[in-house]
Amino acid sequence: MVKDTEKTVTGWSVQQMAQKVAADIEDGSYVNLGIGIPELVAGYVPEGREVIYHTENGLLGMGPEPSQDEEDPELINAGKKFVTAIPGASYFHHADSFTMIRGGHIDVCVLGALQVSQKGDLANWSTGDEKAIPAVGGAMDLVAGVKTIVVITQHNTKTGEPKIVKECSYPLTGKQVVNRIYTNLAIMEVTPEGLVVKETAPGVDMELLDQRTEAALIDGR
Amino acid sequence: MINKISASVHEAVSVIHDGATVLISGFGEAGSPIELIHALIDHGASDLTVVSNNTGSGHVGLAALIAHRRVRKMICSFPRTSNSFVFPELYRKGEIELELVPQGTLAERIRSGGAGIPAFYTPASVDTPLAEGKEHREFDGKKYVLEHAIRADFALVKCRTADRYGNLLYNKTARNFGPVMCTAANTTIVQAAHIAQPGEMDPEHVVTPGIFVQHVVHIPEPAHESVLIAENKKYPW
Repeated sequence: MVKDTEKTVTGWSVQQMAQKVAADIEDGSYVNLGIGIPELVAGYVPEGREVIYHTENGLLGMGPEPSQDEEDPELINAGKKFVTAIPGASYFHHADSFTMIRGGHIDVCVLGALQVSQKGDLANWSTGDEKAIPAVGGAMDLVAGVKTIVVITQHNTKTGEPKIVKECSYPLTGKQVVNRIYTNLAIMEVTPEGLVVKETAPGVDMELLDQRTEAALIDGR
Repeated sequence: MINKISASVHEAVSVIHDGATVLISGFGEAGSPIELIHALIDHGASDLTVVSNNTGSGHVGLAALIAHRRVRKMICSFPRTSNSFVFPELYRKGEIELELVPQGTLAERIRSGGAGIPAFYTPASVDTPLAEGKEHREFDGKKYVLEHAIRADFALVKCRTADRYGNLLYNKTARNFGPVMCTAANTTIVQAAHIAQPGEMDPEHVVTPGIFVQHVVHIPEPAHESVLIAENKKYPW
């Protein structure tokens, strides 16, 4: 067993987490990446696979960041960052964009999380703080309609609180919507039997993982 | 002869009355009709309900309209961004109302409004606080929430090219809410960077057919919000 009273085990880096997510996205997939860490996934698509990126503000075939002199304020992604369009891209209005999302046409969505429950409930838009300005964007539509919902997140908060929980205490984005969770410590799959651990990071065993997790885990490695 | 081209931006917005519901296109700065919004500030209509994805940045465009206390209520999906100060400050003081709507639901409510559909069921927001108190119904064992269409008195929309019939082409991701908003207002006012001759646009490429547009204003070099903010501009200047 690993003694981790000092919480010294940090597991995978965010780049390694993004690489793990990218490795599990099939060739030919239409993918929507959330803002922040999920955006890193685009940099790790294995050679020989073609993935088309959708951004909900109205572009299918989103390419990498432009050079500074190619920045166009009318060509941005959902995070309002400058992007490019690949040859073969298309632009469309918002109702069409969310037809792609809600209508089940997008294969994979990668999102960040505040909390994920063992049943796959996701909380990622609000901590319920009364003073905060509530903002939701497209998250609720994405989790309602995209075929596979992948969460990429640190396993614990900065203060060490578990983010993989029995029940979310924050307001939900969607109930029973998450399929797979990639954290710095483990890869987990939401199944009808419960939350199954598929892989653990170097230096992480089930005992350490249980210490850092509130949800009940099933060892499926 | 049909000619929807207005003589000036001020003439175009002069029809907007106090208490009106106004759809404003744009996702962040992309597609935000800044010149129309500034003309609306000059015009002076107040007590407005504004439907727009965000609440504007800095002290220009939609943020300036809100700062001038012309907006009673915002209906939007993401009211804060890194550069947005005006709305958050008024909201915290309880001086502006907010109806928070998931982005896809917002687009579909506007689309429905334009299409004569009074309400629809969607899976988005079911089992979340945003669906509380709303009518639910099960279809094939799955829960859905009833959402009502949005119809407005006016729409302010930015596009790249228009002709005198009101046919429109947009620019890249600045298209966003424009096409659906054009359909859902009694009076749609569009600013266009280029005015084309009828027939110049390939009918196969027209994005918004002219029937959805009432007024077109020629704004040859529209300002970009991020450029104005970088220059520390505040409207009116």
